[in-house]
Amino acid sequence: MEKKKLIRGRPDALNDKIMHYCPGCGHGIVHRIVAEVVDELGIKDRFVGIAPVGCSVFAYWYFNTDFHQAAHGRAPAVASGIKRARPELIVMSYQGDGDLAAIGTAEIVHAANRGENITVIFINNAIYGMTGGQMAPTTLIGQKSTTTPLGRDPRKAGFPIKISEMLAVLPGSRYIERTTVTSPKEVNKTKKAIKKAFELQMKGEGFTMVEVLSPCPTNWRLTPKDALKFVEEKMVEYYPLGVFKDEPVFND
Amino acid sequence: MEKVMMKGNEALAEGALRGGCQCYFGYPITPQSEVAEYMSRRMPELGRVFLQTESEVATINYLYGAAGAGVRCMTTSSSPGISLMQEGISYLIGAELPCLIANVVRGGPGLGNIQPAQADYWQATKGGTHGDCRMIVLAPNSVQEMFDFARDAFDLAEKYRNPVFILADGALGQMMEPVELKPFLEFDPHKNDSWATTGAKNREPHVITSIHLEPEEMEEFNRHLQAKYLLMEKEEVRWEEYQTNEDDLDILIVAYGIASRVCRNAVDDLRASGIKAGLLRPITLWPFPKAEIRRFADRKIPILVVELNMGQMLEDVLLAVEGKTLVDFYGRYAGIIPSADEVVRKAFDTLKKVGK
Ligand SMILES: Cc1ncc(C[n+]2csc(CCOP(=O)(O)OP(=O)(O)O)c2C)c(N)n1
Ligand code: SF4
Repeated sequence: MEKKKLIRGRPDALNDKIMHYCPGCGHGIVHRIVAEVVDELGIKDRFVGIAPVGCSVFAYWYFNTDFHQAAHGRAPAVASGIKRARPELIVMSYQGDGDLAAIGTAEIVHAANRGENITVIFINNAIYGMTGGQMAPTTLIGQKSTTTPLGRDPRKAGFPIKISEMLAVLPGSRYIERTTVTSPKEVNKTKKAIKKAFELQMKGEGFTMVEVLSPCPTNWRLTPKDALKFVEEKMVEYYPLGVFKDEPVFND
Repeated sequence: MEKVMMKGNEALAEGALRGGCQCYFGYPITPQSEVAEYMSRRMPELGRVFLQTESEVATINYLYGAAGAGVRCMTTSSSPGISLMQEGISYLIGAELPCLIANVVRGGPGLGNIQPAQADYWQATKGGTHGDCRMIVLAPNSVQEMFDFARDAFDLAEKYRNPVFILADGALGQMMEPVELKPFLEFDPHKNDSWATTGAKNREPHVITSIHLEPEEMEEFNRHLQAKYLLMEKEEVRWEEYQTNEDDLDILIVAYGIASRVCRNAVDDLRASGIKAGLLRPITLWPFPKAEIRRFADRKIPILVVELNMGQMLEDVLLAVEGKTLVDFYGRYAGIIPSADEVVRKAFDTLKKVGK
């Protein structure tokens, strides 16, 4: 019998626990990408992740690295506190869209504007996952959620917020890219972006963020396959992929 | 030892950095802004961290991160700012992280005013925090104690892996007095390495968290916290007595912080007019010197509580005396510090109530 070839083994930075995420959820994919990058950069023993409030609150169950669980929205402040206290550490703030784009807008804006030398992984799934599918600040116009049962009406509920575009305007941000995980090709692009972000942090260049458009089949009430289609067709249309900022903060 | 004239807020800052504070985070608010201003100069001089934050909500979370990384860190604020920090304080307690938080209290509720007050006693000792939270709450009554308590706070915080809280007020923050500047504390910078997020090099990962989904686990953790609190109650109660030696004391005044200084003068004045008055000054507001106050209640000595609020510590005194003696109260509010004369008049009033 032909032996199956192991294409990608489990990264060292990840343990072998079975993840609690729903089938087809983007969180697990991005965890794995982060872990692979941590391995490749050899930073496992000086890495600290911040787990947010949201479905990824238990991200630390899966990583073989130090982790700090933060209050809802405050992950960039916690990350900055750690980074200021121990600048030799590589610090990742991992956040969902409710966490980062609603309750935590002040912290993310000021971390970016200060050029805080941390990396933010922003999982944009256009919904509040953990609390059961309420409208997120990133929920698309017309998208149904448990608190927009007729679809999001911007006249009442405002517009979906484009965080990458917004933070790119700030002079303190160093590198901002939006990616997705809908295909192996897109996964590879996400990995490249995350790697670049951590490399820039290692060089001390300042605030970096990768926004990942990520499926939440459970709360979108879609099959995993249709959820990927929703990202590709609906989300990418409103949230274009690409690099929004890539320039040194200081020229000295 | 060198003595210098200092503002209370500056003494608090200098005390903290001599106690080993490596990171200061803060947001401007009167009447404590001098702490941040002082730190913005002194911390960089010492190669340490100063950061002016975007809000108090954020501040407490910078502190949460730095404390989790195992370094000595602090913040200071005044009443409304401390209200904004409550969620974070609960997380700090829940994740068992040592740090120092100081409140230079002003008048409230709401925006209130910027005058000295003691109206945040309840918030400090019983919490605006969610969950079963306790912190050691130290109440200085001089600029010297602003320095001393801040300097000692980190050892105390690390002893219990719990935040330590200093409850001052606008008068203590703003007034100038001579301070004996004790030297920089020696401490082991690796003391917290066994649990802090220092990077998982040659060890298992460290996780700082306060979430316990399983009810049994949550209860077990709360039992653990209670055991810690019990130990604090056993070991950390601090108080001071003045003129309380005689058995047949006529009246005991209980006051803390700035109010205790006025009351000390009132005790002298009362004694000059033949009343055997004494003062008990709680130094830790939590744990509260319950047993010490009960000693006087057992002897039926009437008690007058004096505060710069409408009667907050009063409730702890009432709990301590268990109805065994008369407890009277005198309070003035936010910026109106009572004179010794006023307290004396009130004391005569109290004595009348017990037929003396
Ligand atoms: C202060 C506070 N407010 C509200 C909550 C409840 N809460 C928990 S998770 C969550 C939403 C998380 O959504 P998101 O950030 O989009 O992450 P996801 O679960 O989708 O990954 C909310 C509102 C909380 N834990 N704390
Ligand atoms: S609810 Fe959504 S975000 Fe949460 S684990 Fe399930 S699929 Fe993922």
